[in-house]
Amino acid sequence: MNDTIIKLKNISKSFNKSKVLNNIDLEIKKNEFLTLLGPSGCGKTTTLRIIGGFEKPTKGEILFEDEIINDIPPYKRQINTVFQNYALFPHMNIFENIAFGLKVKKIESEEIKKRVQRILKLVNLKGYDKRTIDSLSGGQQQRVAIARALVNEPKVLLLDEPLGALDLKLRKEMQTELKNMQKKVGITFIYVTHDQEEALTMSDSVIVIDSGVIQQMGTPVDIYNEPKNRFVANFIGQSNIVEGIMIRDFLVEFSKLRFKCVDKGFDFNEKVDVVIRPEDIEVVSNDDGMLTGKVKSVIFKGVHYEMIVSQGGKDWIIHSTKKPKGCTIGMKIRPEDIHVMRKER
Amino acid sequence: MKKYVVLPYIFWSVLFIVVPLILVLVFSITIKTNGNLVLSLDNFKRFLEPVYIKVLVRSLTLALISTIICLILGYPAALILSKEVTNKRNILILLFIIPMWMNFLLRTYAWMTILGKNGLINNFLSWIGLPTMNLLYNNGAVILGMVYNFLPFMVLPIYTVLSKMDKSVIEAAKDLGANKLKVFLKIIFPLSLPGVTAGITMVFMPAVSTFVISRLLGGGQYMLIGNLIEQQFLFVGDWNFGSALSIIMMIMILISMALMSKYDRKDGGQGLW
Repeated sequence: MNDTIIKLKNISKSFNKSKVLNNIDLEIKKNEFLTLLGPSGCGKTTTLRIIGGFEKPTKGEILFEDEIINDIPPYKRQINTVFQNYALFPHMNIFENIAFGLKVKKIESEEIKKRVQRILKLVNLKGYDKRTIDSLSGGQQQRVAIARALVNEPKVLLLDEPLGALDLKLRKEMQTELKNMQKKVGITFIYVTHDQEEALTMSDSVIVIDSGVIQQMGTPVDIYNEPKNRFVANFIGQSNIVEGIMIRDFLVEFSKLRFKCVDKGFDFNEKVDVVIRPEDIEVVSNDDGMLTGKVKSVIFKGVHYEMIVSQGGKDWIIHSTKKPKGCTIGMKIRPEDIHVMRKER
Repeated sequence: MKKYVVLPYIFWSVLFIVVPLILVLVFSITIKTNGNLVLSLDNFKRFLEPVYIKVLVRSLTLALISTIICLILGYPAALILSKEVTNKRNILILLFIIPMWMNFLLRTYAWMTILGKNGLINNFLSWIGLPTMNLLYNNGAVILGMVYNFLPFMVLPIYTVLSKMDKSVIEAAKDLGANKLKVFLKIIFPLSLPGVTAGITMVFMPAVSTFVISRLLGGGQYMLIGNLIEQQFLFVGDWNFGSALSIIMMIMILISMALMSKYDRKDGGQGLW
């Protein structure tokens, strides 16, 4: 069975000769929570706007259920969008806002009422139908925007940094709520964000984009544990990246020492980048450590201490729940926590 | 300190706004009998005579027609302007504004030479062998003058509202299934109403009170309320009746502004004032 709903084939997009997207190839499955993740200006919003129909690609094809939709205007697509600034209609109340899509489709008013009430319940805004837009808080407006899109029962919902304007606590709540909503209504969500934590928390799969090129796609776990390149390793969480040499399969040399690892398939003595996550370095006594480093600073971060440790002319970031004793520490790294990446040319 | 800064303004408005207004009011409710001023509402009663009511009705009708024509011409112009790219847009706006740099009287005189018996149009008509037409000194010429002079006041406020409109709201409407016509009828037009009401007020008010346009292009035979007031003060010398007429016109304008602003607020949009 074919469970792909949207397919982008070789999509490129330029604005006034500056290339924003470069050969984006991507498949989106039915009922998937997919996140486009990247720094601002990387082209993730443009990708979303191309799927929504607000921009036309300079090159390439968009397929929706195996049909090319390049020239289909937004109002004919079975896709709805939740905009970054919500874009609610200021001259209409909550009910009219949510009913707008149904009204232009000429659905009878009894049915509209029923569907609006049902969706209001879903987004926890029951009884708000007569309220005006400016009497709502940011979080509530957010939910109206989601309800207004969902009430049309689209096959795909696009969300453009919908939580960007909310404060941290509300954002966390809405993350869980959105994820639950997606499971409940069972439609494809395509979510755009620059917040890596948000992407990892909510998504079934994540696509990391930088300068208009897909850097990596995969499940949140894959992306976090197996970053494909320096950009992904740095963008998703904190990383220590050191230069090394792959001696042979399962053996890598860095910081003038050889370490067992779990990677293979490199050339003999190939120059590589080695990624080690700060929380994967164990702090032990000087004698037990594989490497010894000098502690330069220690900062208390709540759950853990973050220390900067200098070793072999490089600063390492280490997260540990224990406060280091003394000014030198031993560092111990397990083979499966050493991640080897090919060098980028 | 702050308190003293406003003093000159207070002095200014009292001297040039409040006092004249009181004078006008006093004149309007008094009549001269044997050189003595007597309180009376005769001036207002006199206005109810059919001759004057006719003038009022004609003023209102002409102003209304001009306002409607300005709206019909101005709205699409504002819409087109708001959609242009910046460079082209600035040139177009300049074209709208440049005539306003010229003196109002000059602009109106210019129309006289275009429409007159030996004017541009009639010369052209006789040159190609057609009979000449009476273009000047009728209602049409007065309306033309009003529309020509006041059109920018309609275009600019509508344009301001349209260009400040949040584009994502329009995209949201398209996203929800509205085609171009529906987006315009249900989103763009309702959201631009504050500009429309501002434009209507800014055209209707000067149109209803003008006396220059009607005298130059209407030839004085089509008297508007503005001409009537001018006549009372300058030629007849009946300041009392003239003041009463002024008060009546002020009340009319106040009523129309109140209606407009009420409509504005009901809609919840942001007005220009």
